[in-house]
Amino acid sequence: MIANYGYKDGSGEYYISIDTDKCIDCAADRACLTACPKHMFEIITDDYDDEVAWVKKECTRALAYDCAGCKPAGGYTSLPCTTACTPGAIKHSW
Amino acid sequence: MITAGIDMGSRSVKVVLLEQIKVEGAKEPSFAVKKAHLMMPGDLDADQAAEKAFDAALAEAGVSRDQVKSVFATGAGRGQVAFATEGVTEMTAGARGAVFMYPQARTVVDVGAEEGRGIKTDPDGKAIDFAGNEKCAAGAGSFAEAMSRALQLSLKEFGEASLRSDKSIPMNAQCTVFAESEVVSLIHSSTPKEDIAKAVLDAVASRVCAMVRRVGIEGNVVLIGGMGHNPGFVQSLKSAMDVDQVLLPEMPEFVSAIGCALIAAERQH
Repeated sequence: MIANYGYKDGSGEYYISIDTDKCIDCAADRACLTACPKHMFEIITDDYDDEVAWVKKECTRALAYDCAGCKPAGGYTSLPCTTACTPGAIKHSW
Repeated sequence: MITAGIDMGSRSVKVVLLEQIKVEGAKEPSFAVKKAHLMMPGDLDADQAAEKAFDAALAEAGVSRDQVKSVFATGAGRGQVAFATEGVTEMTAGARGAVFMYPQARTVVDVGAEEGRGIKTDPDGKAIDFAGNEKCAAGAGSFAEAMSRALQLSLKEFGEASLRSDKSIPMNAQCTVFAESEVVSLIHSSTPKEDIAKAVLDAVASRVCAMVRRVGIEGNVVLIGGMGHNPGFVQSLKSAMDVDQVLLPEMPEFVSAIGCALIAAERQH
């Protein structure tokens, strides 16, 4: 399943997509949990009884602001979460 | 066997009692909706509202609590249904319910009072892709409701009025608050109510459509959620998605609760 967490507002489209099929048997030892400086990811058991990462509910309404620090303007050349997720399950829409 | 699905929406509580029917010779079990009950809570006590709605549905169906094998909850307030056996997300419940109503459905558009979402489903009703809008109410029913109030029309009149318009007036504001001021400007410039109604519903449809496009429009599209009762919105959604047909269940607001009750029944096996 591709789970898109986030929103679209007047300034753009801000979604973090998680490919749960790549996430179930994580080959990166759940590195996303520690890679995100804002600790936005969490492991949950979804409705199909799979253990997958999701974006914490309280973070999904402020992605544009919370993720800004990890974007090029914040001094990063690549996103810590997508870099840490070696199976390539995490993607940003912006 | 009877199972219950409770959809604790942000505006209303929907309860469905689903009965499994044995059909001689059939491999798969059949299900029938025994009772569907909707309640608009008068206060903010969601926990009590769920209890009241559930009791009312049981009384209407003539069923006791002991006869209900399992109660599953979904919706924004699913965590507040204390007596629920389990909770499932709106995406899982919506996809399962939509495929139960229309087995050929592969794209589910769910537009309720406060949230809208697009779900892609497989033939078994399992959500395989979803996108919602966690922040903006301008792509949901409460926005249409607020605008109908600004036009001094009932929701029914509002939907019907938009069907009488063939104008396309773009609404640029993304936010409900700013959009309302755009509507006020249109009222002051003597724009006919039907054209404003269409502009509002086109705007809601375009926001919903943007979410659905994230998951991709594939196969038959089914619209669930309370906005399915608004014929103007259905028309606007068809145009925005550029599809010939949007499948519309008879009780669009109950589809997630039906999906929830189905999942409850399936997990009994």
